[in-house]
Amino acid sequence: MSMTDTETRHMFLNMGPQHPAMHGIIQLILELDGERVVGADVEIGYLHRAFEKESERGPYNNVMPYTDRLNYVSPLINNFGYCLAVERLLGIEATERCQYIRVIMSEISRITDHLTCVGASSMELGAFTVFLYMIKAREWLWELVEAVTGARLTISYGRVGGLKADLPDGFADRTRKALQEVRKVLLECDTLLTRNRIFVDRMQGTGVISKERAISYGITGPFLRSTGVALDVRKANPYFVYDRMRFDVPTGEHGDNFDRYLVRMEEMEQSMRIVEQALDGLPGGPLNVDHEGRVLPADVMVDEAKMGRVAGFKQIRVQVDPTLEGSTRGPHDAVNANEKRAVLPAKEDTYGNIEGLMHHFKLIMLGHGIRPPQGEFYSAVEGANGELGFYVISDGTDRPYRVRVRPPCFPIMSAVPELITGDMLADVVPTFGSVNMIGGELDR
Amino acid sequence: MSDPTITAALRQRFPDAILAAHQYLGQESVLIKREAVREIAQFLRDDPRLQFDFLMDLSCVDYLKFGRSLSSAPTLTTPSPLPYYMAPKPSAEPWQRGVSSDAYRFEVAYHFYSSSHNHRLRLKVPLTAADPALDSVTELWAGANWFEREAWDMFGVTFAGHPNLRRILMYEEFKGHPLRKDYPVRKRQPLIGQAY
Repeated sequence: MSMTDTETRHMFLNMGPQHPAMHGIIQLILELDGERVVGADVEIGYLHRAFEKESERGPYNNVMPYTDRLNYVSPLINNFGYCLAVERLLGIEATERCQYIRVIMSEISRITDHLTCVGASSMELGAFTVFLYMIKAREWLWELVEAVTGARLTISYGRVGGLKADLPDGFADRTRKALQEVRKVLLECDTLLTRNRIFVDRMQGTGVISKERAISYGITGPFLRSTGVALDVRKANPYFVYDRMRFDVPTGEHGDNFDRYLVRMEEMEQSMRIVEQALDGLPGGPLNVDHEGRVLPADVMVDEAKMGRVAGFKQIRVQVDPTLEGSTRGPHDAVNANEKRAVLPAKEDTYGNIEGLMHHFKLIMLGHGIRPPQGEFYSAVEGANGELGFYVISDGTDRPYRVRVRPPCFPIMSAVPELITGDMLADVVPTFGSVNMIGGELDR
Repeated sequence: MSDPTITAALRQRFPDAILAAHQYLGQESVLIKREAVREIAQFLRDDPRLQFDFLMDLSCVDYLKFGRSLSSAPTLTTPSPLPYYMAPKPSAEPWQRGVSSDAYRFEVAYHFYSSSHNHRLRLKVPLTAADPALDSVTELWAGANWFEREAWDMFGVTFAGHPNLRRILMYEEFKGHPLRKDYPVRKRQPLIGQAY
């Protein structure tokens, strides 16, 4: 049989839904000619949890835990993006300290997100050491997040009009120390990867997308910046106090996997710059200064109040459950807007006087709650993967009429067939890694 | 962030297609007739004054129950009155949908962004319940492909000229469109059947 008689046919290969290199559950249907990808289709929706439908069911603050589960690697940014939309609907401006804390926590989240993305995709290329180093660094940052919010992933830290609680004692010093450590790790990883022959060969020139195509797909974030477009929501439409921060927007030029890696590495450094500036500028003086007066457990306070022994309650600091730490008077006023339409009262007031209790009731009970006037708002914040938009529509009741999320990795995933077509099968893995798909926000 | 000249430019170019336009909380919205969506989208993208190169988001809203209930509590037919400290600010801007929710049940909202002018626009296309269909803009923005598939999947809005209008988040066997307001939240359609 001569060569001309040989029949060749394209092979279809299912990559995923359960494949070690598919971060989350997603199916790539690849059409292969030998080892070259000639066509691809992406099948998503395996992690669909009806976020938008569920959001319409409960009061405004009940959406907060759901937003944690959108991009679960940087949940704080989701929290604040949603808060921003509802606050605009209500006409609330968060306090300055609150805005600084939001900036700090958003940037810490961005670093953890980029660490995860770079670490995981380098692991898939064989650099397991880098993965371990980066996860170690992420752990230090998550310890900070844990100290502030009480949880590592499902943090629910944002509140409409403020935050759950203020920063804990010694947070600034801990953060500065952690960032120093993270810098060392990044330097190590940079040494291990950036000039590593294997890594560069696999990353350079694969998964290329042009500037025009990226814009046409609506791609934003590090992915767009790797093609040379210096677009960043934090610079273009500053929210919170980003207009006071000095930072650079790194861009690539080729739009390939290697440029995306470099952009992410540089963005982490820029995020650390922002965190340090924000820590320096954090208004409100030292945190959690010692209040004068006795400390009274909350339940005792309630019992005392029932018997009418309330004299001096205004001055007494209530001792609350550790999960509510930092939400007592003082820290509460520093991080929450002075806005009774949306913000719960300080814990002393809830436990100690009838006005506070009524106010708490009015905000918490079904059928009462936060009621923005009829209207709509689209808030755009810079998530770790690009523009994270929340389009919230209020019909004047206590629950959102519609919460639409613009997940940043959704347009990027829609471009994946174009990115991988023409590349080798093995290039699918680094390309897909650099997309940084997060199933939670992709499928919602 | 937004700019009233955008609306003026649109009004000048398409005087008949604009149903309403308003600015709310600094964001500009324009409601247009569905027949003109393709033409206006092209104009928005290519006009040098506008240059909306990004289609940031495309979503749909079902206005079936908008403004019809006043409270989420099923037992409270009339909501308890708000105390004085929770009443809306008197300075709050009024907002109107622009068209009647009885006549136009659905609304497709496009969020455009221009990277060169750094302005944004929300383009809204009201659609009737009987015929929720409009033209696709996939030829203008590649990103519209998946967004339109999602709008079809969740709301049953069809986009004429879409190359591949099939479900994206739900599975093919799924019946109905889950984000419509008349789709019950508790309804289940398990794909694998019940385990007996």
